[in-house]
Amino acid sequence: MSGYQTGLLVILSFNVIAAYAVYLPLSAGQLNLGIAGFMAMGAYTAAYLSNELAWPLTAAIPAGAAASCLLALVVAVPILRTHGIYLALATFALGQVITAVFLNLEVVGAAAGYQVTTFTGPATVIAGAAGVLAFMLLLSRTRFALYLTAIKSDPTVADLMGINVRGMQIAAFAIGAAIAGLGGGLYGHHFSFVEAQHFSVALSVYTVLYVLLGGTQTVFGPLVGAAFFTLLPELLRASQGWRYVFFALFIIGFMATRPQGLITADLLRVFRRSRRAPEAAQP
Amino acid sequence: MSAAPALTLDHLGKAFGGLRVLRDLSFTVRAQEPTALIGPNGAGKTTVFNLVSGVYAPSEGRILLGERDITHMPSRRRIAVGLSRSFQNIRLMSHLTVIENLIVGQHVRASGLLDLVKPFRLVPNHRWRREAIDALAECGLEAYADESVSALPYGIRKRIDLVRATLAGASLLMLDEPAAGLNPTETNAMRAHLELLKKRGVTLLIVEHDMHFVDQVCERVIVLNFGEKIAEGTLAEVQRDPQVRSAYLGDEAA
Repeated sequence: MSGYQTGLLVILSFNVIAAYAVYLPLSAGQLNLGIAGFMAMGAYTAAYLSNELAWPLTAAIPAGAAASCLLALVVAVPILRTHGIYLALATFALGQVITAVFLNLEVVGAAAGYQVTTFTGPATVIAGAAGVLAFMLLLSRTRFALYLTAIKSDPTVADLMGINVRGMQIAAFAIGAAIAGLGGGLYGHHFSFVEAQHFSVALSVYTVLYVLLGGTQTVFGPLVGAAFFTLLPELLRASQGWRYVFFALFIIGFMATRPQGLITADLLRVFRRSRRAPEAAQP
Repeated sequence: MSAAPALTLDHLGKAFGGLRVLRDLSFTVRAQEPTALIGPNGAGKTTVFNLVSGVYAPSEGRILLGERDITHMPSRRRIAVGLSRSFQNIRLMSHLTVIENLIVGQHVRASGLLDLVKPFRLVPNHRWRREAIDALAECGLEAYADESVSALPYGIRKRIDLVRATLAGASLLMLDEPAAGLNPTETNAMRAHLELLKKRGVTLLIVEHDMHFVDQVCERVIVLNFGEKIAEGTLAEVQRDPQVRSAYLGDEAA
């Protein structure tokens, strides 16, 4: 594999991890616009632990994910009291606050950024993304995942069915944050550098865009969305500086014609049925 | 006939701000005695359902399920003590298939942490799916198992909503206008479905405008008007009641 291809695969891996961090709460109808903040939390925690306390990567990166998860649990109680556009704004503000804190935190280099001494190669990043994907595929077959969709569809009925709606939403938000933290930890150790400016509003918004483009109805949506978003600008490379213009126009056109995303539950059912049809024809 | 109370409303009242939609409402639904709650539009019938299921908290009074006071019980715990309901406008989860809706309906019997995180749907024909299919098959609906809910005809969705409401094994089932919007064939299917539930010992409390349907399904009728109970008895008894006639037909007719 060429260096270019490997580089692309690494970026794809980071995008896939970020996409699932956004997807999980979104599948319960909660838009987290502050996902970059949770990535920053994971990135800085993991970097600090491996730099200053000489923790091995296998402990530092999961600890970064855990820190991000813990932060989400703490803020979930006030933040998840808001709904819809207010929840999106609250998470947006939260992401900004987290990034701003790291931008001013001298112990991790503040605005100058933070060198990470331990390096991890592309294989770890790709394995991380594969792990997240496997975890999400397993999770999608549980009652938990089904309940999240049920809550998005009708929280009142979900509650009357006996489901702890708030508990499920908090869990989705926190597990999403843990995935973001994992992505952040891998990011810092792969690029050997963490700076708060990277974890910007644009990163959060782009990630939400992949997920919406891929579709939030099924677990495959974010994967397809992230792949699309990573690869399409590369394909448009020939058009030089205009490629982002074409890309933006494409997104607008796409959202107008297929607002439910690329991959929908009905689409998957059609696939499954056409696969099952030949078997059914047998006596 | 069992005389044990399945549901008791004790001086129940509900006000939204200054608007009193229910006042001093008391009645008892006896176990296995299918009961109808009727009254003109705006009489407070759906409010009664919302108070009993816990969607709203009452302003005053008590609600007893059997002997248990559930007035302040969180709404999500009520299904576990035997209370289930349907909505006037069908509230199936439109993003899910029929079977997925039913699996959500089974939650009360699978609410442990392990049940929640076990990827049981990796197994093609798992136990919960088989159970849901059996429940559909009892009412001849198994052909719709893997359909997307939004694609189904109204009458079928209505009965699937009913199947889902019964999966938790509720002892009291409250149905908001089960026959509304159904054609005669669908109405017959709905009635047969309710007969099946009655045979299983489920107590029915239904809100319904179709008096023919009420006559066929229910043994007892409670009439509400402007948030108060104005009559109670068999359908024939309440239809003779002058207050009921006045509420439905206007004062001149009484």
